[in-house]
Amino acid sequence: MMKLRANNALTGWLMVSPLALVLLAFLVAPIVMISIVSFWRATEFSIIPDFVWENYEFLFGSSVTYRVFFNTFKYALITWAFTFAIGFTVAYYLAFHIRSMTWQVALFLLCTIPFWTSNIIRMISWIPFLGRNGIANSALMSWGVIDEPVEWLLFSDFAVILAFVHLYTLFMVVPIFNTMMRIDKSLIEAARDGGANGAQILWNVILPLTKPGIMIGTIFVTTLVMGDFITVRFMSGSQSANVGRLISNDIALLQYPSASATAIVLLLTVLIVIGILLRFVDIRKEL
Amino acid sequence: MSKPMQDLELVSVTKRYGPTVAVDAINHRFKPSSYTCLLGPSGCGKSSTLRMIAGHETVSDGSILLSGRDISGLAPAKRGTAMMFQNYALFPHLSVVDNVAFSLKMKGVDVKSRRQKAGEMLELVDLSALSDRLPDQLSGGQQQRVALARALITRPEVLLLDEPLSALDPFLRIRMRAELKKLQKELGISFIHVTHGQDEALALADEIVVMNDAVIEQAGTARDVFNAPTTSFVAQFIGGHNVLTLPTGKFSIRTDAVELTAAAKGKLNAHVAAIEYQGTHVSVLAHTPENQEVTSLVAEADFFTTPHSPGDAIGLTWDEANLHQLTA
Repeated sequence: MMKLRANNALTGWLMVSPLALVLLAFLVAPIVMISIVSFWRATEFSIIPDFVWENYEFLFGSSVTYRVFFNTFKYALITWAFTFAIGFTVAYYLAFHIRSMTWQVALFLLCTIPFWTSNIIRMISWIPFLGRNGIANSALMSWGVIDEPVEWLLFSDFAVILAFVHLYTLFMVVPIFNTMMRIDKSLIEAARDGGANGAQILWNVILPLTKPGIMIGTIFVTTLVMGDFITVRFMSGSQSANVGRLISNDIALLQYPSASATAIVLLLTVLIVIGILLRFVDIRKEL
Repeated sequence: MSKPMQDLELVSVTKRYGPTVAVDAINHRFKPSSYTCLLGPSGCGKSSTLRMIAGHETVSDGSILLSGRDISGLAPAKRGTAMMFQNYALFPHLSVVDNVAFSLKMKGVDVKSRRQKAGEMLELVDLSALSDRLPDQLSGGQQQRVALARALITRPEVLLLDEPLSALDPFLRIRMRAELKKLQKELGISFIHVTHGQDEALALADEIVVMNDAVIEQAGTARDVFNAPTTSFVAQFIGGHNVLTLPTGKFSIRTDAVELTAAAKGKLNAHVAAIEYQGTHVSVLAHTPENQEVTSLVAEADFFTTPHSPGDAIGLTWDEANLHQLTA
């Protein structure tokens, strides 16, 4: 009996070990590494293993940090608002207005087509569209809406957020659509039987029951936007910065300790944001 | 409750899904303040009929009249009907009291008075103690009472129940059906109850409407339908009947009206094919030489005074008054 139990425990450990090893090697170890390096010292030409707080002191002492973090949150919030509005609408339409399963699947796949190309290519393809002599400007001018090219279309916060929304809306559509598909259709009928009109059904039944999906989508979008650096660089024409760019600049200058410290602060910030989000909605039943 | 003379009438109500006809021009007048069961096998159109009355399906043709007005084009909540769904369809994110108060909330009644009204409804179904629970934390029977309270709070003239007992275990089913019946008597409104269980229909209904293949086969009081089925489908579906083909036509006869006699002494000769002990009765399945199957239900004591075993030659007899000619 004892032997059997010991065997069971052993089997249990063996069964979790492959995943545990993968996570240990590719998730825990790098984070530990980064946090260690964040305490090292660096000069223009050398990196010295040490345990000093100077990277963090510099980070929190600089006004740039706060501006950049503010910018990062701004991007995350605005992108979230747009991806949520679009994602919810698309998912709602797919889940409740398309009656046949075949069409639902077909239209859903249609939404994923942009994902057949890489992020960078999708991003770059906006440039000829939005540029000073791009399609958008020439179209607007030929319609007579504007007299001279609009400058803020490209290399601006507008362009950054446009690209973010384009890149990440699907991450909002998928979990919301998934949750909506699980809503029992008879609940909608029951609501209608109770005298609810379309808007009331949406507000009192569909929205509350879709919360876990919204929350998962929110986590996807927030973490992706907060960790991004390439979109901001391309679409703002290097005129705006977020935390990701701060880190990538440090790395380009071989300032690894400083980059690590920024990365750790960003990681903690994102974790806190997610922690706050999870306080609002229990997503466990969705997983 | 305000209008005691609610009177629901279906006038050649038809439901078509593409080329298939789910409900084929049925006409029926439901008696006011009565318990009606729509009985039939799955796919016979009984649920479609109920959903059309409720307003969750459009009527392809014909009209539905309630208290003299045509309600077939109205929104579900404007019809004076309320529906209790098969799986109860309780809102999982709302507490019991808020589920019950849902329709009042939709009307814009403020929190305090709608909760109070919902509380009164919960008292009616004996659930006051659980008003703060979520539906997930309730048993099947409790969920059903919540669904009932939620439907009744709209003060419907007609309550529509879609297979309300099918999700319950047999013991609870029998208890709940007694409660449904009692509630209907207390409220004095019409209940229309869809079921495929003939025992449920017989136990509950003032009137049974038997449906098959999109039409009404027979409607009448439970006793009339059981004692005098008019078609062989009804006779077979309602159970407890034999359908006999005799030289004078097709007849139904209740299995307990068929008596066993000694061989060659009865109206039909047969031999025993199977015997099933059922406690109070013994069911004897006999085959006639023309290969008709006839079941005779014999009281247990009578059977064992003259026992038979499979293979025995016997005679079958009955009182002519118990034979009912079938039209189809």
